[in-house]
Amino acid sequence: MSDAAPIPATVPILEVKGIGKRFGGLVALSEVSFSINKGEIYGLIGPNGAGKTTLFNVLTGIYRQDEGEIRFEGNTLRNTTPDRIAKLGIARTFQNIRLFANLSALENVMIGRHVRTRAGVFGAILRGPATRAEERAIEKRAHELLEYVGIGSRGNELAKQLSYGDQRRLEIARALATDPRLLTLDEPAAGMNATEKVELRALLESIRKDGVTLLIIEHDVRLVMGLCDRVLVLDYGRNIAEGVPRAIQKDPRVIEAYLGTGHTAPPE
Amino acid sequence: MPDIAGALRRHPQARWIGLVLVAAALIALPLVLATIGTAWVRITNLAILFVMLSLGLNIVVGFAGLLDLGYIAFYAVGAYVYALLAGPHFNIHWPWWAILPIGAAVACLFGVLLGAPTLKLRGDYLAIVTLGFGEIVRIFLNNLSEPFNLTNGPKGLATIDPIKVAGIDFASTTRIGELAISGTIKYYYFLLAVLVLIIILNLRLQDSRIGRAWEAIREDELAARSMGINTRNMKLLAFAMGASFGGIAGGMFSSIQGFISPESFILTESVMVLSMVVLGGMGNIWGVVLGAILLSFVPEILRYTVGADVQGRIFGRSLIDPEVIRMLLFGLAMVVMMLFRPAGILPSAVRKRELAVPKNE
Repeated sequence: MSDAAPIPATVPILEVKGIGKRFGGLVALSEVSFSINKGEIYGLIGPNGAGKTTLFNVLTGIYRQDEGEIRFEGNTLRNTTPDRIAKLGIARTFQNIRLFANLSALENVMIGRHVRTRAGVFGAILRGPATRAEERAIEKRAHELLEYVGIGSRGNELAKQLSYGDQRRLEIARALATDPRLLTLDEPAAGMNATEKVELRALLESIRKDGVTLLIIEHDVRLVMGLCDRVLVLDYGRNIAEGVPRAIQKDPRVIEAYLGTGHTAPPE
Repeated sequence: MPDIAGALRRHPQARWIGLVLVAAALIALPLVLATIGTAWVRITNLAILFVMLSLGLNIVVGFAGLLDLGYIAFYAVGAYVYALLAGPHFNIHWPWWAILPIGAAVACLFGVLLGAPTLKLRGDYLAIVTLGFGEIVRIFLNNLSEPFNLTNGPKGLATIDPIKVAGIDFASTTRIGELAISGTIKYYYFLLAVLVLIIILNLRLQDSRIGRAWEAIREDELAARSMGINTRNMKLLAFAMGASFGGIAGGMFSSIQGFISPESFILTESVMVLSMVVLGGMGNIWGVVLGAILLSFVPEILRYTVGADVQGRIFGRSLIDPEVIRMLLFGLAMVVMMLFRPAGILPSAVRKRELAVPKNE
C-alpha cells in the first residue's frame, strides 16, 4: 500500500461546499463538502445508492445542485452545462460506458479534441491550410492518446467491437483528449479482471504524473486504498468520513456503513 | 470483397482514370438517353434533384441522427423563393445566381426555425413535430393568397423564368452544328455541376470537426455534451445545412418546371426522400446517392416494363394495368430490401485511417 505517497502541493483545484440535491422528496445529497488538491488522486466511495453518481453528475453539469457551491480553480461554477464543464477543463468517463459505438476508436478520441479545436462550417468546406493543419494535429494527438492508454493498434476498430477493458481505456483516452486538468472517472475498474486492474492502476498513476488531477468513484476497495491519496466516503447522501486510506479503513462509521453495526475489523 | 480502397491508394493513377471514365459516362448519358426518349432525360433531371434532397436530409438524419419527416418544406421554400423572384407574379426577374443563394439562405432560416423549438426532442417526438412543420408550410402556401397574394394559393405560380447562363436560354434548344441540345439536356448539365459541388461539400463536411460532432450526437448525445460539444448549436447547424441544400434543389426545381404549386410538396414527398436516405444507407453519402437514383428510376422503369412486356411474356396478354401494379411491386421491393439489408444498400462503414502516427510537419 502506498499511503505514504506524497501529497505534493495543497493548492485546491476543486472545492465543493455544502452541496445538496433533491429529487422530489428524495434527498440524494445533503451538505456534501470536500476539496481536491492539484495533483491528487482523490477517491469517492460508498455503498450502493450513497449518492456517488449523483455527486458526479452535479460536478459535471448534468444536474444542478439545489444548494451549495462548487469552485473549480478558484472560480465558482454557475449555470453549468456538461459542454461548458468540459471546456473549463473537467473531463469524465461513465459508469456504464458511453462511447460513440459505431465510430472507430480513433474517431472517438478525435471527437474529444472538438472542444480544443476551432474549424467551423466554412473551414470544413473550404478546407484551407489552417483547417488541414488542425485536422492533422487532431489525428496525431488522437493516435498519441490511443498509444498512451495502450490500445494504439486498435484505432481502426469500431468502439463497440473492443473488449470491455479496452472500451474503458478508450473512454479515458477520449476524456484526456479534451485536455482536462481534472479527470473524473466513474467506476473505471468495473468489470475488469485482475490483470487489467493492475494495468489500469499504472495508467492512472501515469496520468497523475503528467499533471492531471483525478477524482475516482470506485467499488474495488483494494484499488481505491492502493491508489488514492485521500478518500471521501458517502452514505445516504452525506459525507461520513474523509482522509487518507489507512485511516478510512479503520473508521468505525465507514465500517458500519459498509458492513452494518457490530463489526470492528476493517474490510479486507 | 477486394480491397478497392487499398488498391486505389497503391495506384493513384487508377483513381484518375476511373474519374475520367465516370465523368465521360455522365457527360454522354443525356445524349444517349435522348435517343430513347426525351422523357428519360427529364426523369434523370428529377432524379438528380432527389439526390440533392437526399444528401441534404442525410445531414440531418444520417449524420446528426435527427429524424425529420417535414424535409420537403425546405424544398418548397426554395422553390417559392425562386418562383417569386424570377417570375411574373411580382414581375421580378432576378438572375438565377442571385436567387439560388437567397433561396438557400431563406430555407436555412426555416431550418433554424424548425430546429430551435425541437432541440430537446428525439426520435418519435421529433418526427411528429417535423411532420407537422412540413404540413404547416404546405398549408400556408395553399392559403397565403389573401389578404395579400403572396403564393397565389392552390393555383400555384406559373411561367417561372428558366435559367440563363451566358446568354444561353435553358428553355429552348441550342444547335451546335448537327447536334441539337434541348433545354432538358442543358438543365441536366447544370444540375450535374451543382450536384458535384454538393457532393464535395458533403464529403468535406462529414470528414471534418463538424461532421464528427454530428456523428457524436447521433451516437450518444450526453456523451457528446460531456466531451464539450455544444449540442444545441450543432443540431441547429445540421438543420440549417440540410435545409440549405433543400432550398437550392427547390430553386432549380422551380426553374426546370416553370410552374409550381403546393401539391408538389406533400408529405409523400418527404417520406420518399427519407426512404431514399434509409434505403441507400443512412450516413453514407454514396449510399444515399445510390438510394435516391434507384428510388427515382425504378418506379419509372416499372411503368414501362410491367405492362405488355412482362405480363405478355408470362400470361400471353396484359392482365393488370401497369399503373396499378408498379407501385405495389415497388413497395414490395422496398420491404424485401429492408428485410435483407436493414442498414441500407451501402451501410455507413467505419472510416479506416492510416494507423502510423503522421510525421511532424
